[in-house]
Amino acid sequence: MDPIVILSAGVATGTVLFFAALGEVFAERSGVLNLGVEGMMLIGAMSAFSVANSLGNPWLGIVVAMIAAGLISQIHAYIVITLQADQVVSGLALTFVGTGISLVLGEGLSKAGTVAQIPALSVPLLSQIPFLGPIFFTNQSVLVYLGYLIAPLAWYYINRTRPGLHLRAVGEYPSAADALGINVFALRYWYVFVGGMLAGLGGATLSLAVSPGWFSELTTNGQGWIAVGLVIFAQWDPIRAALGSYAFGALRRMILDIQGPLTLFGFDNPFYYNSYLGFFLQMIPYAFTVIVLVIGSREAIRKRLGSPAALGVPYIRGERGK
Amino acid sequence: MTDQDTKLPSGRTRIENLEMRGITKRFPGVLASDHVDFDVKSGEVHALLGENGAGKSTLMKILYGLYKPDEGEVFLNGKPVAIASPTDSIDLGIGMIHQHFMLVPTLTVAENVALGLPSSRGFMTDLDVVSKRILELAKIYGLKIDPDAYVWQLSVGQQQRVEIIKALYRGAALLILDEPTAVLTPQEVDELFVIMRQMTKDGHGLIFISHKLHEVVEISHRVTVLRDGRKIGTRPTSEITKQDLANWMVGREVGLTPDRGTVQRGEARLELKDVSCDSDRGTPGLRGVNLEVHSGEILGIAGVSGNGQRELAETIVGLRKTTNGRIILEGGDVAGLSPAELTNRMLSYIPEERMRDGVIREFTVAENLILREHEKAPYSRSGFLDLGEISRHADELIKRFQVKTPSSETLAKNLSGGNIQKIVLAREISRAPRVIIAAQPTRGLDIGATEYVREQLLEQRRLGVAIMLISEDLDEILALSDRIAVLYEGQVMDIVPRAQATPEKLGLLMAGIRSEESLSVVK
Repeated sequence: MDPIVILSAGVATGTVLFFAALGEVFAERSGVLNLGVEGMMLIGAMSAFSVANSLGNPWLGIVVAMIAAGLISQIHAYIVITLQADQVVSGLALTFVGTGISLVLGEGLSKAGTVAQIPALSVPLLSQIPFLGPIFFTNQSVLVYLGYLIAPLAWYYINRTRPGLHLRAVGEYPSAADALGINVFALRYWYVFVGGMLAGLGGATLSLAVSPGWFSELTTNGQGWIAVGLVIFAQWDPIRAALGSYAFGALRRMILDIQGPLTLFGFDNPFYYNSYLGFFLQMIPYAFTVIVLVIGSREAIRKRLGSPAALGVPYIRGERGK
Repeated sequence: MTDQDTKLPSGRTRIENLEMRGITKRFPGVLASDHVDFDVKSGEVHALLGENGAGKSTLMKILYGLYKPDEGEVFLNGKPVAIASPTDSIDLGIGMIHQHFMLVPTLTVAENVALGLPSSRGFMTDLDVVSKRILELAKIYGLKIDPDAYVWQLSVGQQQRVEIIKALYRGAALLILDEPTAVLTPQEVDELFVIMRQMTKDGHGLIFISHKLHEVVEISHRVTVLRDGRKIGTRPTSEITKQDLANWMVGREVGLTPDRGTVQRGEARLELKDVSCDSDRGTPGLRGVNLEVHSGEILGIAGVSGNGQRELAETIVGLRKTTNGRIILEGGDVAGLSPAELTNRMLSYIPEERMRDGVIREFTVAENLILREHEKAPYSRSGFLDLGEISRHADELIKRFQVKTPSSETLAKNLSGGNIQKIVLAREISRAPRVIIAAQPTRGLDIGATEYVREQLLEQRRLGVAIMLISEDLDEILALSDRIAVLYEGQVMDIVPRAQATPEKLGLLMAGIRSEESLSVVK
């Protein structure tokens, strides 16, 4: 129950959530809800581990994971952008597809033993900062540092650049963007792809850095759903998504660690190896899913939270301004 | 010619003359545009007039590059040009102000203008540069605009100015204005006309699409009338009367002002006392509304779209909960009653969204005609529908209300908007209601169908029905109402008797300005 350990581990596991959530921020900002994050993460985790296992290069594993998850996301893109089907249904289906494919192709990988991982390191000087140093800059994976870098960059990209402006326009009012010569369909395909790549990166972060190995569907164990939920709580903002992810990661770790000590603040620890708390932990992703779907289906709530106005609405050319 | 003569104030070269020749466009089963010629010159407003489906939009979408014509050519300053996409037309100096604004509400004015344009800083935005140019243009054309304001903060009139700036920013020499006045208050229309006159003086060519005759007569230099995809003719506006234009549009003699007659006003049948409700967003929709509708009168509800009209109608007919106040229908408090109970108290409703709330699209005409009464004899006996009776009833109403449908078994979704409205009217009127709530009853209908709906409402008034007419079309309100209440931000600004109502007076109220002489509330 050392707070530094919990927070430090929270940042590491939170990085997984952050990559996935950030990908979903991009997809949803362009107007496409993709509930297939869990499936895409599994694809990423499996392919990263598989490549690292057979070729011995974890970096190559990351690249392949991102491409593989990006490609699988295009199934969803085609169904909801070109065929204009219901995004919730298609996203759920993508989770099943992604889970299924990764289980089949990942068969036997769980016995692969240890593979080369993404290295962890401490940052000189920064790691000396009291309290923050040990949490953020000591013995963290390179991918965690990548997360620190991406969060502000993503914020800047969305809010301060020309392509970011186009992204926001496409998610808010696609017909206006279309009338000005912005290709709504192409942009939405692209950001769903970006979302897939980042979910794949999240999965790879799991299997090659945070909790190395391939444990079938238990590799992600519902974290994709948490990522989708975090997007709403982050109000579609990359920085908030990062902070929320770290906080959630720390919460997960705390629920585990709290079961260890015999006493808590001088009292008997009611959580001491309490199996119900373990169940509680397992329940969280699904509780999140329920909340996501409830909020996602209530237009009024979404508007108040600042959801992209065209989120979940297929863009059909010709029915302008409807 | 000197440079001064050929340049616009924005620095762009004028389009002296744009000509569309023999434009033909076919859609499956429809000839949307049949060898239409149309031209517009620098410095003129050319009005394009026609009913829904006459081919105005098709023609303009072809000019703007959204549709590809099957036949015909476009000439710019005498030279043929190819327009395959909006980008091409923008490059040629053609701009379009869409009827539904193409603005992203969560972005600022400058961001909206910058959308889709290359930035002087490449990857980064150059909003300060854009803002500067916006202010320059705003000054040249006399448009008041704050580049840093968010679009959602702007009034409809201001948003339209942003659209105009957006087109000018892209170098538009010729502007297509698609029903630009449809959403404006009369004052905002006047302001728009001032801007339009200034633009034509500066050498812009303007195409003004409208179906409001008095506006066409006021602003345009020439007018072209389309009907059923064909051009009926082009005339200088000074040589033609409103009545001629109306007859051209419809293809027969039409009455422009319905005969209201005089009806003795009776007892108050519907009273709203301090009624409040929430909007969909959870913000106040209505705020303490007090209204009375009497037997034999039409109470017009005027207001700019989104000021509580929908909430008002839905609250009265039981589709929306009140948060406060009482609704009294013929002496009894009905707030909180279900639509079915209100139906039994002979309240009829002509909903704004006729395709969504007025009919069931997948049901037949006959089924739609008994929706209000389907549980009662003679249509239903011991839980079984009497199909023969339903069909007989449908045939009778189809005949009486002149519904154009292949049969009573045709699905509602296959009918035109005008005929769907006739079905709704037939169902709501034929049951001899005591009170009718008519929300936007003629929106989107052509002149012929509009005329019919208005006559039917006046007929109901003659029969002593109490009618509440909610409309964003001020001309309609003025033509039909006995008294006019103006809604602004969920409140009744004032109630004005028709004799004292002018578009100017109502326009001020619609903008939330209470003038001194209209302060007296008329009961």
